[in-house]
Amino acid sequence: MSTPNGVLVGPAAAATRRRPGGTLWPTLRAIYIIWYRDILRFWRDRTRLLATFAQPLLYLIIFGTGLSSALSSAGGFGGAGAPAGFSYTQFIFPGIIGMSVLFSSIFAAMSIVWDREFGFLKEVLVAPIDRSAVAIGKALGGATQAMAQGLILLILAPFVGVKLTLVSVLTIIPLVFVLAFALSAMGVAIASRMRSMQGFQMVMNFLMMPMFFLSGALFPLGGLPGWMTFLTRIDPAAYGMDPLRRTLLEGAGMPSAVLDRMSLTIGGNVIPVIAEAGILLAFGVVVLGIAVRNFRVRD
Amino acid sequence: MTTAQAVETVISVKGLTKSFGPVEAVRGIDLEVRSGEIFGFLGPNGAGKTTTINILCTLLRATAGQASVAGIDVEHDPAGVRSRIGLVFQDPSLDGQLTARENLQFHAFVYDVPAVERAERIAAALEMVELTDRADSTVMTFSGGMKRRLEIARGILHTPDVLFLDEPTIGLDPQTRRHIWGYLSELPKRQGVTIFMTTHYMDEAEYCDRIAIIDHGLIQAIGTPDELKAMVGGDVVTITTADNAAAAPQIAALAGSDPIADNGTLRVEVPDGAAFVPRLVRETSVEVQSVAFHRPSLDDVFLKLTGRAIREEEAGSTDALRMMGRAWMGRGQGR
Repeated sequence: MSTPNGVLVGPAAAATRRRPGGTLWPTLRAIYIIWYRDILRFWRDRTRLLATFAQPLLYLIIFGTGLSSALSSAGGFGGAGAPAGFSYTQFIFPGIIGMSVLFSSIFAAMSIVWDREFGFLKEVLVAPIDRSAVAIGKALGGATQAMAQGLILLILAPFVGVKLTLVSVLTIIPLVFVLAFALSAMGVAIASRMRSMQGFQMVMNFLMMPMFFLSGALFPLGGLPGWMTFLTRIDPAAYGMDPLRRTLLEGAGMPSAVLDRMSLTIGGNVIPVIAEAGILLAFGVVVLGIAVRNFRVRD
Repeated sequence: MTTAQAVETVISVKGLTKSFGPVEAVRGIDLEVRSGEIFGFLGPNGAGKTTTINILCTLLRATAGQASVAGIDVEHDPAGVRSRIGLVFQDPSLDGQLTARENLQFHAFVYDVPAVERAERIAAALEMVELTDRADSTVMTFSGGMKRRLEIARGILHTPDVLFLDEPTIGLDPQTRRHIWGYLSELPKRQGVTIFMTTHYMDEAEYCDRIAIIDHGLIQAIGTPDELKAMVGGDVVTITTADNAAAAPQIAALAGSDPIADNGTLRVEVPDGAAFVPRLVRETSVEVQSVAFHRPSLDDVFLKLTGRAIREEEAGSTDALRMMGRAWMGRGQGR
């Protein structure tokens, strides 16, 4: 398609109506409004926020209590170095926050597929804005929602015996954001290629659940068989769970030596929190780039 | 409003083709739409109407051929085209969880309507479609007709040159359809906007200044409703006989043209229906069970051009999925 433009009416008139110059400012405006719409909807649909409380509570109360009891009768969870009174429920609490972020991020991104088929996305796609704004706005919108849904679980901390400190709370906010951003961007990249909701079940079973189980949310990632160690190390969610656990449990008074034993390692070395966050952020930026490219393609 | 475009071409399409793999949805169409007219694209489901509209509004890329909207080439400057058009889709594309006003605010922001004019233009648009009193209700509480009106208001909010409407009244009851048409037929005068719409409702095509009849990806005819009807000479006579197969050659001899079988009847064009009926009854050996004649309608034009009638009950799998989806996910979306 490279035929010259056979203009029939006032190209000059058309040109004068359009703005010269850069596209950065309009794109930023568009990112903002797409993000804002997601937040407005999220805020308006507060029942959803409550509903998403149910699953984490089930994990904490039933799964957590059940396994805590089983493990304590089998000699305790944390091993010899764990302080007295440290329970499995405390161990999974940061993991459950991560789980909530993981599921919320992907669900938020998947709404794009529905929007594309029968809804609002068309209004956005035909607007005179750069398509990158759609991908970025959606990723940030999903990240903000997932962050809210993860952080709100902190109010359960006293009930599961995880003491919060100002430092641990202030540290965890950016860490949760990075996790939420990376996973939302991944969700948007997947959604950008999906044309129907039929693929959603596949994403659930073959991506979300494995990512959750391999992330270290439910058990420490040390001492696993080789194949599984490999899978956990390529699970981006693992690089988000580990910093959450370290930050929260360190704040609750867990000794570093014990934390190190539960931490994500590569070649036997404990990865520092800042490096984990960096890896996750880099992953998020790469998948967001893929999402942007996919949105720019016209069929 | 655009000035000095009284009889200018706003949409120009030359040799437009679109293939989806081996399927040719649009097979080389040419058309021109003039400024300020209501142009109708008439054809059955699957004729290529939506594909054409999607190319013109830059959602799809043509396989071959050329198209420009408001003087801007859709291939070279899609963003430029998008800033000059408004769209109303087959499916509601409103956000059900936002209010009518918020939906319009989003649109005004995305289309860069100057901040100082936003509130005023939104109020005027809501006024035009009589939704002022529901401005702050969430859209999910709206009826189908109200949503459509809101979408029309949104489509013209940024004063586009062309408003595209894809089946704007599909799924609405007849009274609501007339109501919607009340707004649409006023728009070119009020807003100076050109309307390009698709429909498979014959009666709606009558509202258009000009119509293109499309079938199997090809344009069969273009003209005003009267010009198209003039293609069907004289009156259309619909006949039922005891044995249509035996009667057909006799009717052909009497009328001078072959009758078309449609739904158990035979249809034939004659210059003067009133004079033809007595001759038919007298000179046909097969028993004539019923006979009626009428001035040609667009239905007859379509039947003549394509050999079949447009059936409104044609519903593809997408429609079925759409209904299912609305029932399932209806809450937060367009409902």
